Amino acid sequence: MLRIDNLQAGIEGREILKGIDLEIKPGTVHAIMGPNGSGKSTLASVLTGRPDYTVTGGSVTFLGKDLLELSPEARAAEGLFLSFQYPVEIPGLSTTNFIKTAVNEIRKYRGEPPLDAVAFLRMMKEQAALMEMDPAMLSRSLNEGFSGGEKKRNEIFQMAMLQPKLAILDETDSGLDIDAIRVVANGVNKLRSKDNAVLVITHYQRLLDYLVPDFVHVLYNGRIVRSGTKELALELEEKGYDFIKSGIREGVS
Amino acid sequence: MKQQVSISQTDYLREAYEQLQLADNGGLSAVRAEAFGDFSSKGIPTTRNEEWKYTRISGLFSKPYHLAPLQTVPLTAEDMAPVRLPGHEQVSELFFINGVFSEACSTIRDTHLLVLPLEAAAANGYKPVVDRYFNHSSGYLQDGVTALNTALIQGGIFLHVPAKQALEHPVYIYNITDARFFPVLSQPRSLLHIGAGAALQIVETYATLGASDSMTNQVMELVVEQDARVTYCKIQNDTPRASQISTTHIRQVGRSEVNAVTVSLNGGTVRNNLNIIMEAPRSEAHLYGLYFPNGNTHVDNHTVVDNAAPGCLSNELYKGILAGQATGVFNGKVFVRKDAQQTNAFQSNKNILLSEEAGVHTKPQLEIFADDVKCSHGCTVGNVDEEALFYLQSRGISREAAMALLLQGFAADILEKIKPARIRVHVEQLMSRRLTPEVSEVS
Repeated sequence: MLRIDNLQAGIEGREILKGIDLEIKPGTVHAIMGPNGSGKSTLASVLTGRPDYTVTGGSVTFLGKDLLELSPEARAAEGLFLSFQYPVEIPGLSTTNFIKTAVNEIRKYRGEPPLDAVAFLRMMKEQAALMEMDPAMLSRSLNEGFSGGEKKRNEIFQMAMLQPKLAILDETDSGLDIDAIRVVANGVNKLRSKDNAVLVITHYQRLLDYLVPDFVHVLYNGRIVRSGTKELALELEEKGYDFIKSGIREGVS
Repeated sequence: MKQQVSISQTDYLREAYEQLQLADNGGLSAVRAEAFGDFSSKGIPTTRNEEWKYTRISGLFSKPYHLAPLQTVPLTAEDMAPVRLPGHEQVSELFFINGVFSEACSTIRDTHLLVLPLEAAAANGYKPVVDRYFNHSSGYLQDGVTALNTALIQGGIFLHVPAKQALEHPVYIYNITDARFFPVLSQPRSLLHIGAGAALQIVETYATLGASDSMTNQVMELVVEQDARVTYCKIQNDTPRASQISTTHIRQVGRSEVNAVTVSLNGGTVRNNLNIIMEAPRSEAHLYGLYFPNGNTHVDNHTVVDNAAPGCLSNELYKGILAGQATGVFNGKVFVRKDAQQTNAFQSNKNILLSEEAGVHTKPQLEIFADDVKCSHGCTVGNVDEEALFYLQSRGISREAAMALLLQGFAADILEKIKPARIRVHVEQLMSRRLTPEVSEVS
């Protein structure tokens, strides 16, 4: 589904990703862990096309297409989704109007007619219930005055509405209490299928208790320095990142 | 003070004044004479006048304008059709054509709504009201422009809503300039008196027909009595050849509530003076503005909130989106007089620049002479938030549509204040069309 080969990228002339290789197959959950500043969020930004980041080498193929050639909106329409670490507050734009526009813009990209209003409303109510969101929030300005937990639930609600092929969750657990993490993880789990995949970017193991990864990769200093199964996350939790930093390097698997 | 525009360049104004005085039946000639003297000494303000620093109007008065009464083809219903606002079938409509009230074109749907020629009101039973309230604005705007309007008053109206009458129908006021045959200077003038406990909804708009230059120099004065409520919405969406100075001077002489929304989209040079004088304790005033000029349009909003009595609340929010080479000015004065204790006065001006060539001058001005008050002001000028744009794009929304959503969101808290609802919808549609034709279908 997603294939990253020797990806090098940076911002403002500073190289952050120094050759990333990663392949994600449908039906799998991958976790990328690593200390602060290792390049985790940069990877998410580069994959989703955030402006200001420059790719200096390597390639990314998503469902057979050269991902790096596509605009951010085309990437979304092709089935890529990013749950933001810091979701943006947009005064005056309701979540309903926002998500309706998004759903229909994506349908337009795919040559499908707009969703009829009744079907859209039904879908929205169902997905909001899944995320334990108060329906009244949907008519409020997007993320404005939302708590950290509400913002992250809103992110996963959007994911549910857009039904991406590959969802990247960038530090979705940061700032959340354990109940909120459980709601968010349950939401993501319900959306999993054999046809889609999830890439979880996280600093801590705790989200992975609820959203169990098939593969865990450790990103350090712009490279994936270790890959393994979910036990690797437990090992990191136990030993901290210092054992990575202190030079243990078993190569890219 | 030396003026850039000498009176000789505006000789046609003197001629017009002299003709009017010859024809006058007495009701307003003294007012005119005084105003003409005032205009002659002050002239048209130049940019050296602090109040006109960023808005150059000297050239706007020295064109070969024709003034009313004009020898021109009468306007037909077809000419008017594109100008009329949604819901016009169910409201009272007042038409000013080239600055002169047209009774023939106007429709009054409430029996309680009284509309009289200003001269007639000044000469008969409403003389005390006119004497007491008319031309109060001249003391506030010491700049020759208001004086010019007053000196050349003709075809103005006196509108009266009797006490305790909440009018069932809104009043739409159209200022139409017929510039199909030659350049025209229009100077509409009105005095509106809203009686105690009465309520009135006003929507006002401007339209120029034809391709010649036009200039509108309007003065509207409102007097709001005890427990009266007024909502006023001004929509400016005229052609680039149409410039205007539009003065709205509102006195709250009894404890009352005023809601004003000013929407400026298209035009040449557009200057609004909105003055709210809170003379009665515990009055309330809300001032909202949205300006979204493009091309070479210049929009200048000068507002005055004068807290002259204690315990009043004023809340002011103006938002600007400036595209193309458009320029904007926001100058918001808040006065809190010595006796106006426990005043709450808030003011905010926010601007988004959409291009490198667009610009805005924003200046809040608070002058507070009382000590027990709550006042705040703030202004911002920025670009569209790139992170917000990326957020929307990352959900599959094209950059263009994302921009439109963000700007609509920016304007939303102004637009939602517009009354009546069908006018709000109308303005929202004007906005959407300006943003992109595509988005208005989706949202």
